[in-house]
Amino acid sequence: MGHRAVKIRSSVPLPLRIAGPLLVAVLLAFVLLPVAVVTIAAFNERAILSFPPTAYSLKWFERVFSYPDFREGFRASMVITGWSSFLALVIGTCLSIAVKRLEFGGKRTLLAILHSPLVVPHFTLGLGLLILVSQASVQRGYGVVILCHVMLVLPFVLRSVYVSMENLDERLEQAAASLGASPAKVLFTVTIPLLAPGLFGGWLFAAIMSFSEFTASLFVTTQDTQTLPVAMYNYVREFADPTLAALSVVYIAVTATVLAFANYFLGLGRILNIEDRR
Amino acid sequence: MRSELRAWLVSPAAFVALCIAVSLLAVFQFSFRAFVPGSLDVGGLTLENFSGMGKSIYVDAFSNTLRLSVETTVFSLLAAYPLAYALVRVRNRALKSFILVVSITPLFLGEIVRTYSWIAVLGSNGFINGALRGLGLIDAPLALMFTHLGVLVALVHVTIPVVVLMLSTAISHIDRDYEKAAQSLGAGPVRTFLTVTLPLSLPGILASVTTAFAWTFSAFATPQMIGGGRVPTVSTLVYQLGFSSMNFPLAASLSVMGLALTAAALFALGRFTRRLKSLGGH
Repeated sequence: MGHRAVKIRSSVPLPLRIAGPLLVAVLLAFVLLPVAVVTIAAFNERAILSFPPTAYSLKWFERVFSYPDFREGFRASMVITGWSSFLALVIGTCLSIAVKRLEFGGKRTLLAILHSPLVVPHFTLGLGLLILVSQASVQRGYGVVILCHVMLVLPFVLRSVYVSMENLDERLEQAAASLGASPAKVLFTVTIPLLAPGLFGGWLFAAIMSFSEFTASLFVTTQDTQTLPVAMYNYVREFADPTLAALSVVYIAVTATVLAFANYFLGLGRILNIEDRR
Repeated sequence: MRSELRAWLVSPAAFVALCIAVSLLAVFQFSFRAFVPGSLDVGGLTLENFSGMGKSIYVDAFSNTLRLSVETTVFSLLAAYPLAYALVRVRNRALKSFILVVSITPLFLGEIVRTYSWIAVLGSNGFINGALRGLGLIDAPLALMFTHLGVLVALVHVTIPVVVLMLSTAISHIDRDYEKAAQSLGAGPVRTFLTVTLPLSLPGILASVTTAFAWTFSAFATPQMIGGGRVPTVSTLVYQLGFSSMNFPLAASLSVMGLALTAAALFALGRFTRRLKSLGGH
């Protein structure tokens, strides 16, 4: 097996063996370019974005943590992300179990509507919710924003949970049932523990998606409920200094760390279903 | 017992689906209502919102959006395929993890961070202009911000990660025995790729086209911040009408037109896919 793989590999002509990796390197550089540039910009001492920096400073990082709208936006984002990712996980897990194991009318319609936020523009859903809320004279509080985020992240939870259900060995559940466990007991002591890695992956995706969602949030939030991305957008419209570059660096560092940990402990490849099948 | 369990499992999701459906219906309903200036209440039923769609400002927004969506789809597929291929086929585990984290991290940064980073690259004092001036290649800064090209580059960057994910799912599901068979029959690596690997990854390519098109169509922060009003799209116009003019009925009818256009494009793509599959003889 190993011998054969080596033989096929060596049949690739030299120009291709150089051009392929070179192309991949160039593309990775393109993906990384804005990240690298914004990182350098964050340490620039001057009060406007400019290249190359002539002096360096940490003052924009200080401003990130002292600017009140960012603190409040962060707090609002934590509340909204916490609730919406938790609710989406519970709702998505329950539905995946029902879809996989039970028959019920309207299953296809229900799934089609729930997956529609993947193709329906976020500005359309945001506008619709805004119209609904203003027509019903409901206060635009956290509830509306949380509902909005649940709609948007649920398709990602459904996918992650469904993939791990496909890999579940049903005989383990049958064994528990044959030993006298009730359906609810089987669910909580066998099914859910076995699904745990997929559930965690789905929750993590939902949380990150919710935390960084912008367009629909812009429509449904108010001054009191504005999320961090909305506060960031408002900042760019008012100020031209590199504070947002500093905040972007913090954002990128936290996200990359979370993803690297998730990859190390859970294997993102497995969660995302992109492992090579050999 | 079983029907009670079913009700518990399904009804929360049914509630969310109901909210989605009612929100879309609200947009649809408002698109046929008259605008009352200075008020959030709307007037009676009318077709006026749609009859004004021939104005150049709306036609421009739609043609810009369509053009950006098509171009972004093509360029992000071309850029994402080599990355996805390398991600699946590279053997070194550390290199694989590196490619994975680098190519998908941008997906999780959100529109604002990514778009702002591109402002730092494209701005008149940004990275590209700074570098070119430093090398003595230009005297006056190149206009990259507020242009179609600037918006396109940033949109391609935004779309690459999700396309990499979808393509690598497809490539990882290809049975390597087909490639080995082609090679043992004397096909070179290029021929094997073009006649075996690429056609077998077609499902992933078509799924990516759908997603890339729909995502670009709905992109807002990038055309808003990098286009700065000079690259109007459907999304920026809907926002402007909704929040500057408070004209919700017109914003709603533009959204409905956008939805119709997306649906038509996805329908055409679906028919094309079916024809392609029937040609393949599966």
